[in-house]
Amino acid sequence: MANAKELKQVLTGPIISNNPIALQILGVCSALAVTSKMETALVMTIALTAVTALSNLFISMIRNHIPSSVRIIVQMTIIASLVIVVDQVLQAYAYDVAKQLSVFVGLIITNCIVMGRAEAYAMKTPPMMSFMDGIGNGLGYGAILLSVGFIRELFGNGSLFGVEILSKISDGGWYQPNGLLLLPPSAFFLIAALIWIIRTMKPDQVEAKG
Amino acid sequence: MASNKDSFGRTLFVVVGLCFICSVFVSTAAVLLKPTQQENKLLDKQKYILEAAGLVDTKSGSVEKDQILATYNKYVEAKLVDLKSGEWVDGDANTFDADKAARNPETSFKPKNDIASVKNVANTGVVYLVNDDKGELQTVIIPVKGYGLWSTMYAFLAVESDLNTVRSLVYYDFTGAGETPGLGGEVQNPQWIAKWEGKKLYDEQGNLAIKVTKNPAIANSVHGVDALSGATLTSNGVQYSLEFWLGEEGYARFIEKARNGGLS
Repeated sequence: MANAKELKQVLTGPIISNNPIALQILGVCSALAVTSKMETALVMTIALTAVTALSNLFISMIRNHIPSSVRIIVQMTIIASLVIVVDQVLQAYAYDVAKQLSVFVGLIITNCIVMGRAEAYAMKTPPMMSFMDGIGNGLGYGAILLSVGFIRELFGNGSLFGVEILSKISDGGWYQPNGLLLLPPSAFFLIAALIWIIRTMKPDQVEAKG
Repeated sequence: MASNKDSFGRTLFVVVGLCFICSVFVSTAAVLLKPTQQENKLLDKQKYILEAAGLVDTKSGSVEKDQILATYNKYVEAKLVDLKSGEWVDGDANTFDADKAARNPETSFKPKNDIASVKNVANTGVVYLVNDDKGELQTVIIPVKGYGLWSTMYAFLAVESDLNTVRSLVYYDFTGAGETPGLGGEVQNPQWIAKWEGKKLYDEQGNLAIKVTKNPAIANSVHGVDALSGATLTSNGVQYSLEFWLGEEGYARFIEKARNGGLS
């Protein structure tokens, strides 16, 4: 069984040093779409973490029985089933947020992080470690989503989790919100800036030129 | 082991077995959660109806579920109306699904002048009558929908019992990802909603006069509402939705009857 050090590496590694968005540049589409508010970013993080962890767990459990000729289809079937269930649960217990996330919960199916971890890690690792790897990657995804969401909601709408922090001019306050931050392209700049910061801190992540 | 795992029979067995397990899993979840989801959906709609009628304030935090149900059942009466004749028709208006009826060619028609891009319209429409404590009619709520920039926008138009003075226009649902946040999404901004209060739908001659416009002279009049800045197409969508649903192929017959003879 894995020792504590390895477990820690699997759980916390994807947050900074091997971040799925910042280093592997996976799952950027949903990171643009759901980060205009902290609430949706948080719920999306939880949904993606649950799907990645559980799909890793189940795929790892049957990894020795999956025929290699159809392994991608088998992985997709498991991922798709989990995503549908997560979507249904959100609609039943967090209806308002589910309404805002709309199609993006369903699009977790096509999120490369889930697929990437299933194929790259869960197919050759025992269930518990795969489960932890899913949680770790979900946290890494969430770290970027919440950082981007924080900046976008605070400076684009003057609030955090819907609670007003900077009072907007349109509500009789002093703050002129930056409308660009509410549009998806602004997340491009923010994610790029985060990647820049991480790679300045950790120069080993910079790809070789040429 | 490896060759055994990849054999034809084994592959078929794993795939069929997996599909079976997954389908049982998914359908169980869907069936078990359906009642809660439908309850949520109905509750959400009722919350916005009450908001349009000015009976609850959803901005000041979340409203208790029991409170919504109790208020709704006490004051609101949902009725079905035949759009062509403007007469009441029988049926349970609370469970009536206008979008579903619109998809069925037998219960719907294709509008000739489809300015709001609604494509098909159900023959019957829902009207919500809101009474006060004495049982006197205070507000009439008409559901409207229309295409904005990215999505079909659903709203409740609440008018006073004269069917002319607007109380509120509350947008409550959007298909897909909705309108652009900060621009078209501002149709849900309380400050913009507040601009609708007291506006008159019809002029002295009884013609539809309400106008969402950026022209300040009209916007400040009793028939005008200032358009959303930076969201021309969403604002046009709001205008067209109102024109369509208050027009001949919408609730015009019903409104005409109601304005002439009251809602008896």
